[in-house]
Amino acid sequence: MDFTFTEDQLALRDSVSRFLMNEAAPELLREIWETGGGRSPELRAKIAAQGMTGLSVPEAYGGLGMSDIDWALITEEIGYYAIPDSLADTACVAPALLRAVPDAEALRGEWLPKIADGSARVAVEHPVNPWVADVHLADLVLAFRAAGDGALELHAVRGADLHHSALGSIDASRRLAVLSQPLGASTRLLRGAAVQPLADATVDRAAFAVAGQLVGLAQRMLDLSVDYVAQRKQFGRPIGSFQAVKHHLADVVTRIEFARPVLYRAALALQRDDRHRAAFVSHAKLACADAAWTAARKGIQVHGASGYTWEVDLQMFMKRAWALDAAWGDRAFHKARLGATLFGDEAPLGPAATLY
Amino acid sequence: MDLDFTAQQQAFRAEVRAWLHDNVPRAPLASYDTREGFEQHRVWEARLAEGGYSSVIWPKELGGRGSDLIEWLIFEEEYHAAGAPMRVNQNGILLLGPTLMEFGTAEQKARFLPRMARCDDMWAQGWSEPNAGSDMANIASRAIRDGDEYVINGQKTWSTRAVFANWLFGLFRTHPESSRHHGLSYLLVPLDARGITIRPIKALNGKQAFAEVFFDDVRVSAANLVGEEGQGWNVAMATAGFERGLLLRSPARFQRTARRLVELYRRHQAAADRDPSIRDGVLQAWMDAEAYNLASYHTVGRLLQGGRVGAESSTNKIFWSELDLRMHETAMRILGPRAELIDDPEVHDWLEGFLFAQAGPIYAGTNEIQRNIIAERVLGLPKS
Repeated sequence: MDFTFTEDQLALRDSVSRFLMNEAAPELLREIWETGGGRSPELRAKIAAQGMTGLSVPEAYGGLGMSDIDWALITEEIGYYAIPDSLADTACVAPALLRAVPDAEALRGEWLPKIADGSARVAVEHPVNPWVADVHLADLVLAFRAAGDGALELHAVRGADLHHSALGSIDASRRLAVLSQPLGASTRLLRGAAVQPLADATVDRAAFAVAGQLVGLAQRMLDLSVDYVAQRKQFGRPIGSFQAVKHHLADVVTRIEFARPVLYRAALALQRDDRHRAAFVSHAKLACADAAWTAARKGIQVHGASGYTWEVDLQMFMKRAWALDAAWGDRAFHKARLGATLFGDEAPLGPAATLY
Repeated sequence: MDLDFTAQQQAFRAEVRAWLHDNVPRAPLASYDTREGFEQHRVWEARLAEGGYSSVIWPKELGGRGSDLIEWLIFEEEYHAAGAPMRVNQNGILLLGPTLMEFGTAEQKARFLPRMARCDDMWAQGWSEPNAGSDMANIASRAIRDGDEYVINGQKTWSTRAVFANWLFGLFRTHPESSRHHGLSYLLVPLDARGITIRPIKALNGKQAFAEVFFDDVRVSAANLVGEEGQGWNVAMATAGFERGLLLRSPARFQRTARRLVELYRRHQAAADRDPSIRDGVLQAWMDAEAYNLASYHTVGRLLQGGRVGAESSTNKIFWSELDLRMHETAMRILGPRAELIDDPEVHDWLEGFLFAQAGPIYAGTNEIQRNIIAERVLGLPKS
């Protein structure tokens, strides 16, 4: 029993954190917002050079062959720095999906090395999300879509063939679109009983990645708020000395403290394909979303009027948190999944029943 | 990272489970806030001590098992899964025990710890006073040295189960001119000493759950001083940190309540679903009890690696006390109009638990004090 990270895992997290602190500062993010595509090829190239796009790609395909457990810490950093990119879809979700598709060695051989070296972006479509992130720049879209007969199919669509209509998001770092062309035999990768397990695993891994970003966002909003209340003075002293302000932020600490370990169990459940994987991932998504939602509300409150402005950076992290709250399954979706497990006959209930 | 128990840990679990299966009383005990129930719980504590389970983390020579905190979590899981009785002497075992181990003389350890483990001595806590609650450093009760004795005058209050206790550990002002946390000393006081008056205080449930303790020229041997004279605050606080914050309420206790809540909901689902927030409350209860459990394994793992922990005792306190309250509130709503029927067998334990849950955010340092601690010690915000 050792529910902690290794020194190596923590060291990787620290190096990713230092890298993003320098390369993804809020002022740079604001500049990227103003560009047409909302994405920075330079930043993406640096992220790839850092090895982040290849974390989940097996070593045989040029990646680092890391696990969902390693990703738990990395997703927190992606959230903390709110990088304007759906990096987790390409680097965490897509490699696992590509590895799991049966009889797709040619596809793996083509795309996994490109994901690893950062030359390919992969977008992932699933019925749980009405829109798809970063379709406009995708080199490949992996799409789970119901056919006319209702059967779920998996399609692969190459970037050159994409038709999409863009949708604006309140979070200027999100670039969403609806993939508008019909998919058919020419794009179909897989049909039949094998599709649903792949789709389920994809939802779980993507929801986990979003959960990690949400708790990272919560930590960032907390840190920004602490900095603000320590320097902002009213009545002749820092507002952070007032209990009403302290208690708002102490509540955020508590939410974060009890969301992170839930995220880590979800990572373990994914890694091991645990029988309660869906429930444990949904728990993580709900707990991390709650931490982020609380951090946003308390954060803007202690920032006072300046928290309501465009100028102050808090807005960037609040909007990301609000947007991701319902990404890869809204709360109703995850509560329904959790309820199906908890109120079923195999429910993991009571002391000692919920570990492995 | 894993959540797998070693063969040794599994063997420990099996041993605990078998022992509890053979020893846990078949019929529930009466409330330990009644004379009859207190005596039943004392017998149970003695049985636990015989099995070496009074406090598994205590060293073997003091009647424990020398367990680490993972084994402690395992013990608690089995204990609560077995529905074993509430622990009656935890203030002694969790607060005074570690203090004596760190600061007590060899004679004090030998004299008090084995008797505490068996509940031969029942310990009451003497910290709070009428004007020293959250502001504990405002203690006014005095203990003035006179030869090889201290003479105590003053009043303590909110002493849990002091009605049934025969000893009290507490903080007293030994330097009359001192103020705040200076000049306090940690003393052990026999409650049958001349000059002590114990006045019971009834709790919400009408039972004598705690008491006021009055001291009128009570003479106590100087051999009952723990640590150095004047150092009482440091002595008390040294063992008031993380471990106590974790040990006071193990996650298993709340996982068991969450399980009972899910079962209650399933028995009454049709009626409960008339209020959609109830199902939500049940899900949240399970999630939060799980989160507390996972956070405990995570923190214990870091501690075992020699890591330091921050204000986990404060975040824990807030989290479990608010969780406990919400779980019982949800149960009340499921029970609906029956929830007030204290003699209804399905209602009784939920209602008692609901009343006790009201105290959770208040005792062991109010949640407001805990939030101050988090803000100042974790976030580094300035003092008020």
